[in-house]
Amino acid sequence: MATHPGGTGRLPDSFLTPGSSSFAEFLGEQAPELLPGRRTPPTSAVTNETPHATTIVAATYEGGVVVAGDRRATMGNVIAQRDIEKVFPADEYSCVGIAGAAGLAVELVRLFQVELEHYEKIEGITLSIDGKANRLAALIRSNLPMAMQGLAVVPLFAGFDLESSGGRIFSYDVTGGRYEETAFHAVGSGSVFARGSLKKLYRDDLTSRECVMAVVQALYDAADDDSATGGPDLSRRIFPIVAMVSADGYSRLPDIEVGEIADEVIAGRMRRPDGPAANLS
Amino acid sequence: MTTPFYVSPEQLMKDRADYARKGIARGRSVVVLQYADGIAFVAENPSQALHKVSEIYDRVAFAAVGRYNEFENLRIAGVRLADLRGYSYDRTDVTGRGLANAYAQTLGTIFSSGGEKPYEVEIFVAELAEDPAQDQIYRLTYDGSVADEHGFAAMGGSVEPVTTYLKEHYRPDLAFDDAIRLAAAALGHDESKPRTLAADALEVAVLDRARPQPRKFRRIPAARLASLFPAPA
Repeated sequence: MATHPGGTGRLPDSFLTPGSSSFAEFLGEQAPELLPGRRTPPTSAVTNETPHATTIVAATYEGGVVVAGDRRATMGNVIAQRDIEKVFPADEYSCVGIAGAAGLAVELVRLFQVELEHYEKIEGITLSIDGKANRLAALIRSNLPMAMQGLAVVPLFAGFDLESSGGRIFSYDVTGGRYEETAFHAVGSGSVFARGSLKKLYRDDLTSRECVMAVVQALYDAADDDSATGGPDLSRRIFPIVAMVSADGYSRLPDIEVGEIADEVIAGRMRRPDGPAANLS
Repeated sequence: MTTPFYVSPEQLMKDRADYARKGIARGRSVVVLQYADGIAFVAENPSQALHKVSEIYDRVAFAAVGRYNEFENLRIAGVRLADLRGYSYDRTDVTGRGLANAYAQTLGTIFSSGGEKPYEVEIFVAELAEDPAQDQIYRLTYDGSVADEHGFAAMGGSVEPVTTYLKEHYRPDLAFDDAIRLAAAALGHDESKPRTLAADALEVAVLDRARPQPRKFRRIPAARLASLFPAPA
């Protein structure tokens, strides 16, 4: 890999040519077979043969944003993995949660992570949060032929905007459409239930811990009504992944803390299985 | 008919080496040294935007002297090579040695090819290991030769007096503050009369073993540098 066509062991000219700060563009020239969008999509639809990742929720609070994902991957009616990780740091001030075809989604996230880091190293500054969101949209768009065959990747991107000092959330569709969401959003098979739950639980003045509690409640509601979303696994102590991005950067909440919050949620559901009741008017 | 003008290969290589050396000698020096928590790079560089020291990958950093456009090309090539390798294999498979080899091949081929002018650059490639004894510092010269350095090293315009000063004063496991002050003092001993470098004339970056993130490279901000070199009252 990466030797000069002249056979001297010297780096190829494409490495030494200044210009592009995009890793994906460079990969397209140097090793196009590694670029997800360059592959031939399967001729018939693939639905139950590959693992699919399910529900991701995100919500902003004063000073940051919380992103959480359940731990289940499904293959049709089979649980493919019960402790899959679906929320990843994208760079120091953003993170991305994935729903859809797990294999392609994880690859896309890896490419996105390198893309952001590559730009940062070459240019010496980080991309704006809108720039990051647009780059992700372009990567998803290149996956459209796969999405048409049932291998869609639908991420949820969230980050801390250093300009406005607040958390921001972006959702996507399979064509690369990019939509900024206010307050909270959810994607994946259980997203309908999670969003309904957050509608009743979310308030503008939530503290970071209350915000974590709200998204864990929303994931519980998603798991309650969607078979593809995993609820808290008490016997194995497997709980949702909860990531936070604030002015201090990305951090993942330790499993022990998420476990405590999950225990609190479950204790409440023992008394009232449908979760906290909202006021009628 | 004109007679082809004969130049012996020895003379040709010597001329090319002299050319490259002269270009490098015009610039200021860069010092790299191991300190208690990692590897520090100190360059005399008044520019805040055009860096001589840069991040390549998680544990690999780069410093250069000489012609800016040439070492900037090499830096970008290094970032591309490291990111490509890390993406196709794994982050742990990117090594300083691999990068130093690629640079050595590139510089060596350019130096000995007739069609191109030799690069007027010298480069440090350093890799931080878990164990300080395994840290690696490579110094590459314009002709593609590689030297493995230990403890400290200098390159650039007046490397001999700077190295001599470092040799006399360097101790292993220096604290960060002492290491940077030593490097700055060494950079100031590049002429017959020692100079004192101000904080704003220095570019300092470290590969910091104590950093919890996987990316160990960190630039030292101007305010922190200023606190190391209090202005004379």
